[in-house]
Amino acid sequence: MPETKETLETRPPVTSTGKTLRTEEMVLNMGPQHPSTHGVLRLELVVDGEIIVDVTPHIGYLHRCFEKHSEAMTNYQQVIPYADRMDYLASMSMDLGYAVAVEKLLGIKVPERVEYIRVIMVEFQRIASHLIALGTYGLDVGAFTPFLFCFRDRERILDLFEMTCGARLLYNYIWVGGLSHDLPLTFIDKAKEFCEYFKPKIKELNDLLSYNEIFIKRTAHIGVLPAEVAINYGCSGPMLRGSGVNRDLRRNDPYSIYPDFEFDVAVGKGEMGTVGDCWDRYFVRVREMVQSVRILEQALERIPKEGDVQSAVPKRIRPPIGDVYARTESPRGELGFYIISDGSVSPYRVKVRSPAFVNLSVIPEISKGCMIADMVAIVGSVDIVLGEVDR
Amino acid sequence: MTPQEIHDQLKLKFGDAILEFKPDAVVDPYIQIAPDRPKDVGLYLRDDPALEFDFLMCLSSVDYNDGNLGVVYHLNSLKHEHKITLKVRVSKDAPEVQSVELVWKSANWHEREAYDMMGIRFTAHGDLRRILCPDDWEGHPLRKDYQVQEFYHGIKVPY
Repeated sequence: MPETKETLETRPPVTSTGKTLRTEEMVLNMGPQHPSTHGVLRLELVVDGEIIVDVTPHIGYLHRCFEKHSEAMTNYQQVIPYADRMDYLASMSMDLGYAVAVEKLLGIKVPERVEYIRVIMVEFQRIASHLIALGTYGLDVGAFTPFLFCFRDRERILDLFEMTCGARLLYNYIWVGGLSHDLPLTFIDKAKEFCEYFKPKIKELNDLLSYNEIFIKRTAHIGVLPAEVAINYGCSGPMLRGSGVNRDLRRNDPYSIYPDFEFDVAVGKGEMGTVGDCWDRYFVRVREMVQSVRILEQALERIPKEGDVQSAVPKRIRPPIGDVYARTESPRGELGFYIISDGSVSPYRVKVRSPAFVNLSVIPEISKGCMIADMVAIVGSVDIVLGEVDR
Repeated sequence: MTPQEIHDQLKLKFGDAILEFKPDAVVDPYIQIAPDRPKDVGLYLRDDPALEFDFLMCLSSVDYNDGNLGVVYHLNSLKHEHKITLKVRVSKDAPEVQSVELVWKSANWHEREAYDMMGIRFTAHGDLRRILCPDDWEGHPLRKDYQVQEFYHGIKVPY
């Protein structure tokens, strides 16, 4: 390989004690059980000393046959609990993605109150998911306190979800055509309270982690992903926006009632290093949380008071023969569902375009030539959830 | 551009490789192309300034259960914001489709998944290995006639 030769030649061949140093490549397995691979991901590293020559990701350890299961269901609604379990840190977003796809196939329009509740839930979910991403990212590069702070705030969002549908992690809340329950009476006040509580916490997080000298040293200029590479590799979400591409499906290919809300698309600007480095990807998520709070405040103010959340739920779902591809912006990027209907009561084929799966495939491209410790920073900045990668 | 215009332009350029255009399909219109041409069509779609389909949203494999397998490409242009769906159909006996990995890198893993799950072989793919199942797994799970193996390394598989 040409890269190998280059590294060997450009490195001084003499050690500090004056001895000549001969190095050879070594294969190092990172994972499947490794704290910084966020689950069961195995990275096969070819290293030359501390420098990474090549990376091969091995996935599939958490494959639970989601697509095959979907075909065996006796009803389109039954797929939703399985969709929940794909990205278990953003179950609401998974539910919404599936519901939007089936509704597009059926040609259903859901009531306005349902749309508002969906947006509220999904934006809360985005904040909760990003809090985990940021907290564990800090943990990956050696900062323990932000992790606890992020989990403390996420806990409050989970309390809101628990209040609404009884579950804290896997909700089965957003159904095709509607929702499983209406909001509890005190939800709106509690949600507004959370927004007020959360706004100063973002500054706290920035002071603690984002602008921390050590954190910047570990993440700036590391794992730079140029915009054209990101697009060619199909990256989406914070990964694409971190590379400076102004693209958000909520804005560019709107679904639900997102056109009614005012918010800015967070884009990486390379303040601390190069555009598209790990710090940019990290900070896009922080900016997105601010925008999510903005959307939440508008939605909580304008939500219609009355309305039956189950009025549009079809008694029996029998879509016409055909197929549909619908995509939504999950916290990790473009979540697509490709559903084929053969006119029966269960889907003929469901294919999920999972954002983390596609984002992960770019890792070999951006990590060549960096150190092993940087690999941890790069994997963390992609924010993968293996449940969704392997499905 | 509308799907109709995209089809007309492709038809003019590729002629026989463009098999069918379905403007009235549920829900999105699609273009059926020949299985040995996706890369050529893809390169043209990506590089033509009026089309510029630089983003492969999704690549799915399908078992049509009539002796045919299929690959479905969902394309999007970030610049022009238009979309198109391409479909390819191959016989189950010799499921060979031209790889589009060189056009859109994201196809690399999607094609590996299609190979793993449906047994479609992509010609000129640089690294066609199984991706979700173990390397020595038998059969392709998402085929409609799939029978799960009895034992895998001495472990009983069907529960």
